[in-house]
Amino acid sequence: MTLEFKQHTLANGLQIVAELNPSGYTAAFGFFVRSGARDEGPEERGLSHFLEHMVFKGTARRTAADVNRELDELGGQANAYTSEEQTVYYTTVLPKYQDRAIDLLCDIMRPALRDDDFQTERQVILEEIAKYDDQPPFGAFETSMELYFAGHPLGSRVLGTPESIGEMTSTAMRKYFERRYDPKNMVLSAAGCVDFDALVSQVESLASQWPTAAMPAMVPAPTSGGQAKIELEVPDSSQTYVIRVGAAPPNSSTDRFAMRMLVSMMGEEGGSRLFWDLIDTGRADVATMWTQEFQDAGLLFTYLSCAPEDVDANLALIDGAIEVFVKNGPAEDEIEQAKNRMCAGLILSSERPSNRMFSIGNAWQIRGVYETLDDQLKKYRSVDADDLQRVLAAYPMHYTTEVRTVSKASAE
Amino acid sequence: MPYETTLHHTFDNGLVLLGEKMPWLRSAAFAFMLPAGCRFESPDRLGLAGFVNEMIQRGAGNYSSRDLVAVQDNLGLDRSSSISTAHGSFGGSMPAESLLPALSLYADIVLRPHLPGDQIDDARQMCLQELAAAEDDLPQTLMNRLKQMHFGEVLGRNSLGDEAGLMAIDADDLRGFYQQHYQPRGAMLSVAGNFEWDEVRAHVESLFGNWKPTDPMPELAIDGRSGYEPIEHPSQQTHLGIAFPAVSYGDPDYYPMRASVGVLSDGMSSRLFTRVREERGLCYTISAGCHSTREGGGVFCYAGTTAERAQETLDVTLQELQAIADGVEEGELERLKVRIQSSLIMEQESSASRASAIVSDWYLLGRVQSRDELQQKIDALTTADLVDYWKRNPPRDLRIVTVGPEPLQVP
Repeated sequence: MTLEFKQHTLANGLQIVAELNPSGYTAAFGFFVRSGARDEGPEERGLSHFLEHMVFKGTARRTAADVNRELDELGGQANAYTSEEQTVYYTTVLPKYQDRAIDLLCDIMRPALRDDDFQTERQVILEEIAKYDDQPPFGAFETSMELYFAGHPLGSRVLGTPESIGEMTSTAMRKYFERRYDPKNMVLSAAGCVDFDALVSQVESLASQWPTAAMPAMVPAPTSGGQAKIELEVPDSSQTYVIRVGAAPPNSSTDRFAMRMLVSMMGEEGGSRLFWDLIDTGRADVATMWTQEFQDAGLLFTYLSCAPEDVDANLALIDGAIEVFVKNGPAEDEIEQAKNRMCAGLILSSERPSNRMFSIGNAWQIRGVYETLDDQLKKYRSVDADDLQRVLAAYPMHYTTEVRTVSKASAE
Repeated sequence: MPYETTLHHTFDNGLVLLGEKMPWLRSAAFAFMLPAGCRFESPDRLGLAGFVNEMIQRGAGNYSSRDLVAVQDNLGLDRSSSISTAHGSFGGSMPAESLLPALSLYADIVLRPHLPGDQIDDARQMCLQELAAAEDDLPQTLMNRLKQMHFGEVLGRNSLGDEAGLMAIDADDLRGFYQQHYQPRGAMLSVAGNFEWDEVRAHVESLFGNWKPTDPMPELAIDGRSGYEPIEHPSQQTHLGIAFPAVSYGDPDYYPMRASVGVLSDGMSSRLFTRVREERGLCYTISAGCHSTREGGGVFCYAGTTAERAQETLDVTLQELQAIADGVEEGELERLKVRIQSSLIMEQESSASRASAIVSDWYLLGRVQSRDELQQKIDALTTADLVDYWKRNPPRDLRIVTVGPEPLQVP
């Protein structure tokens, strides 16, 4: 089935993209805002994420309680997330609620940012930081990113720190909001059973007055990762957690498909080389690899969780497996298996309009393109053994940064 | 819009096959529940059910362990396996054309596992790793303990077992458990998505028709107790869990109970989220849900909050749990009804969630409740039903567990 793609840009720069599936059961909508940790100054650590929380705390027309109540009245699944490069607000609803959902989503994109709500929400953010500090790998990811990006804001913590959140002011947030929530910086993505004409006319009436401002330029990511190897002390824990970070292709490179396949063959959780060497044999409870792609930088993560006494032997196994893989390259049947696994995963996830909404919204915001499911499948299907060898030579799965946890109790 | 009715066939050996057609999808999914859960372990072999489940995937039929994974990947199978107190389960979703070959593969796993002796130690280490890793997950540690207090030593078991049990298990234990519990009487297989019923039924018959039943296991009763257990841990947050008894899934009071818990915790305008997090900023995560088994049920609440705010979080949460009896607003129930209706329609987009919903219905009710029937039951609920249920069944006999630096004051 071919789905229709439609696109419209408002005079102030706000872009609307939609993949229409008239026979879908639901309609999914999401605002993609270029606002993340990399856009924050030194005094603003954690501000993008804090702002994401405040967006749900009311507008000129609605109180915080109104926003939560109306989201529930639409029966949908609404949420938001903040990353290094974007903040996304989304909901999936039955098609009959489209206009109410759009009214609400557009309205909350102009939050009131009231000071008393700000003070209460600060506590929630501090609780969220404490929650992540309590769970494996106990801040090791955040630490590894900080070290890898060595001072560049791509490596700063999305949630901020207790200190940065403690000192944040609502005035600083308002300034940041004006700078980042500029309609030129925002894409509204829609997928499923969507009435596109109604969507455009409603957004025109709600968002055409949103002001635009001068856009600060993005600070390019560093071209190489920081060299660091540290031990991180964590509360009484049973396992040791190791994170290694190295280079991978950025989101702007077509090599990312080959790299994802290579990483899947090496580190996929259900049946990769690391799985057979470390998990199937009971040497570790997690031994996996994945890539994370930013606009102008890519990262390769290796993650190991095992008993403290087995860490060194397991890291040696991982190093050995990588060395053999880089030297000999993947086997033919291994390539075919990875392609089949990854393509089936894409087909299955595309059955939900919400997943298509994320897929087209991201592609449009980051690369300015629309990709059908079949386009995406072709990107994986067309990767051949030569591509894999070339990409593996360019990104030989090295790491420059390592963070290893040490349990306070076991050190005593 | 009327929903499709569920198709059903019980084979002579007791195996139940269920199907729900969703021809608008490109996918199909199955859920396979076998009466091989951890309640059937002896107390000195805790972890055996999971160990067996792991071992039967280490080679079966004409396939080695690695072959099985290769075939699954090439079929595009997104797969899972799990252990509950009652069942060992497998699930998978996949492009529709892979369904029949996938079922053949699982027939090998369930009927013709190699149980290779040379892999027992690897599998044992794998189970021990999972057990050790789970210790670092404080909310899970908390909920495991709470579940055990609520359902009792056997029905509240943690499927990961314990170190002594995992170390003691040998080849005879594995084979014995497999032979006794991987059997068709009490086994249920469901398929959902894009498939032909006659074809699937004939295929399942050819795969499982000759499977020999053994005797069913006796039923057990819930054996929980109330009380407070603080677990000390040098964590940032104090994690707190509260449980109390509730009716089982098949009980006429189930929906008033389920809706009351929804008023407490379903959605961003629900009471616990609003009053504990939004208005007071006491925590990031707070939730309540009901867990029903065939034997009975329970309501389980969780909150994580920094140590100095934990007492207030507990007090406010307990107050909100009681307050349902004082009244429920029309709007609260209306929002919940819309959310349930939406989620029922959204299930139409996922073959995997339908496959697991129908098999779970069959286990708990002995039939599959149609979505129309469910919709009618939900539509018929009034706020008075919720208040009335809560007055007759107020939160009592509380089981409370905390994990954190210091114990709390409990009522």
